[in-house]
Amino acid sequence: MEKAKTEIIVGMGTCGITAGASDIYALAAEQAKAKGLSVKLSSTSCIGMCHSEVLVDVVTEGYARVTYGNVTTATMEEIIDSHVSGNVPVLKYTIAQMPSYGKTYDDIPVFEQLPYMNKQERVVLSNCGFIDPLSIENYISHGGYEALKKVIAAADPKAAIEIIKASGLRGRGGAGFPTGLKWEFCNKAQSDVKYIICNADEGDPGAFMDRSVLEGDPHAIIEGMLIAGYCIGASYGYVYCRAEYPLAISNLKVAISQAHEMGFLGDNVLNSGFKFNIKIKEGAGAFVCGEETALIASIEGLRGMPRAKPPFPAQKGLWGKPTVINNVETLANIPRIIVKGAEWFSAFGTEKSKGTKVFALAGKINRGGLIEIPMGITLREIIYDIGGGIPNDRAFKAVQTGGPSGGCLTAAMLDTPVDYENIAKAGSIVGSGGMIVMDEDDCMVNIARYFLEFTQSESCGKCTPCRIGTKRLYEILHRITEGKGRKGDLELLDELSEDIRAASLCGLGQTAPNPILSTLKNFRDEYAAHIEEKRCPAAVCKPLITFTIIEKSCTGCMACSRACPVNAITGEKKKPHFLAQELCIKCGSCFDVCKFKAVLKK
Amino acid sequence: MLQGIIPMDGLDDILTKYYQTDGSIVSILQDMEGRYGYIPEEAVAWVSEKTGLSASRFYGVATFYGQFHLVKPGKNVVKVCRGTACHVKGSEKISDDIRTLLKVGVGETTPDGNFTVEHVACVGACARAPIFIVGKDVYGKITPQKAKKTLEKYMGGEGNGKG
Repeated sequence: MEKAKTEIIVGMGTCGITAGASDIYALAAEQAKAKGLSVKLSSTSCIGMCHSEVLVDVVTEGYARVTYGNVTTATMEEIIDSHVSGNVPVLKYTIAQMPSYGKTYDDIPVFEQLPYMNKQERVVLSNCGFIDPLSIENYISHGGYEALKKVIAAADPKAAIEIIKASGLRGRGGAGFPTGLKWEFCNKAQSDVKYIICNADEGDPGAFMDRSVLEGDPHAIIEGMLIAGYCIGASYGYVYCRAEYPLAISNLKVAISQAHEMGFLGDNVLNSGFKFNIKIKEGAGAFVCGEETALIASIEGLRGMPRAKPPFPAQKGLWGKPTVINNVETLANIPRIIVKGAEWFSAFGTEKSKGTKVFALAGKINRGGLIEIPMGITLREIIYDIGGGIPNDRAFKAVQTGGPSGGCLTAAMLDTPVDYENIAKAGSIVGSGGMIVMDEDDCMVNIARYFLEFTQSESCGKCTPCRIGTKRLYEILHRITEGKGRKGDLELLDELSEDIRAASLCGLGQTAPNPILSTLKNFRDEYAAHIEEKRCPAAVCKPLITFTIIEKSCTGCMACSRACPVNAITGEKKKPHFLAQELCIKCGSCFDVCKFKAVLKK
Repeated sequence: MLQGIIPMDGLDDILTKYYQTDGSIVSILQDMEGRYGYIPEEAVAWVSEKTGLSASRFYGVATFYGQFHLVKPGKNVVKVCRGTACHVKGSEKISDDIRTLLKVGVGETTPDGNFTVEHVACVGACARAPIFIVGKDVYGKITPQKAKKTLEKYMGGEGNGKG
């Protein structure tokens, strides 16, 4: 068969599928066939521009790769008719082009120069969105498994550990412990059996870095685990992945079986005598299992409850054997460091935080998605230069980092460099990489309550201060958002938070009060308004707000009365409507549907 | 021995699959959940008898993890994502509105057995927030109105005429 001259690549990560990529893929296949075009249709994963999904790339042989954004079935047809059939890009839908593929077109921005891309440094994400995650050949042609070959050929695990140590790589799961050191401890531990576990239990709500890497570059994780296994002397690996990530799990399964067929996994890896096998364990939905010892208990089939450390897993882990647990992003860095060297890696970043970090940028932001930045650029650069600022002309209020263990940083802190030390100094944590932007319409008391609702339900129950304390914290916050806050509540929150922090065994309890402490410190006025004035300045907390219809602005279109679930709005067609306060449940449906700004929320 | 309403014929292979594998309680329960959509009491009793592990151990694990249901869910499981990005984009209201429409609380099933409404911590599609899932269909950038409209598709023409 003649080689296709044009390739259509559809972004089929979870974000793409959520936006309708499956329909686009099917349409492209059907149209190409119907029109008799010689086209290669393939899929890739998330390139990180989740704000423009569905993304479709078209590559005509000898020409630049062109990326189209917000593709619908109608635009896909246009693209096929013009670009695929006649090599004329449909300019109005293009986002960027990649000149590395060939001759460029006029009037299309270069991918690497997009504001979203030009401050990024893609190490971990270098393959995501470029290779077909279901093709091991594709991974290999992008330099895959070279690092493993290098490490095995050198046959010196200690030297490889030295490279990782010298690179300055720290665990990307949140705690930031030096990876090389962890490996060294485990390498020194004497045991017949050792384990390496990939922690893919990405539990922080608002974080999707690990999902994207597992979906988009599963072989990098396998290669990272193989190298870790070789270095510490482990023959077994587990990937502990959330069941909420079905696509990540299925891509990983395909990758594992391909790696077996090609001899990268199995009883005799690359004929070196090194034995290494990987099993996938699906998590069953418990946030606390992101904690190392809880994760181990969960793999052992028990309730995922943390235990006291020491002994650390590197000495006594899974089934009592020495175990290294590394996060997905940490492992994805390994092959790149081995191939390119420790110095190359440590050239990125700051003095104590080396390399790059992947963040999941979401919330009230124009360009949300998956980004990878060198450590040390500022929050402002991330939010405004990469993310394009806040939508709808709203004012920036806070950025939440570190998920339920982190805190909210204010506008005054936007020039903070993003690295482990500086973010901690500002009162939050880098954490696993969730970054949620909030605007003036977000209530900080509500946000604190939201996080405590989460942590109190996810507390495993082992330590009383965490089990009962987080519940009490939640109740106090809930009361404040209901307008029933009392004098002394803020002091009580402060005191209780400190106690829970001091008296809990694991990270969940120790950090659960952080969302409260950081908002109390940075937005104390907002708490005071709720308690003293019974007012929610952001107009979020239902019991503290009222909806009324502005007679002058109401056109009598009846949209609000139809939308009201409790029939609280009455009025005749084309005449001003009336909202009965005693019936109103404050759901805000009238506010949402009114096109004339005639519903007042206060 | 056990003559419940639950067909046990499938459980044999689950047991064989995990027999002599360490740490299999979670995996056995996951397979059960996959097969029946929940953890039937009879099935736990059967496995407990076969394995010699007390039923309370299975119960302890099943109640610890969010994935397991102890009651049979409805035909369509509706999951509202309550991740942080979804929260700031209004997912609480989406949950409130669809539960007002369906007249159920979180984790409850409509009397006709058609819908169960659940909250899920985060599905990791945060840039498309808010996310809402019906069965295996995932919807992004949803509004309360769109969510209600979407549910009508799964109602088999029994919409209540409002919403």
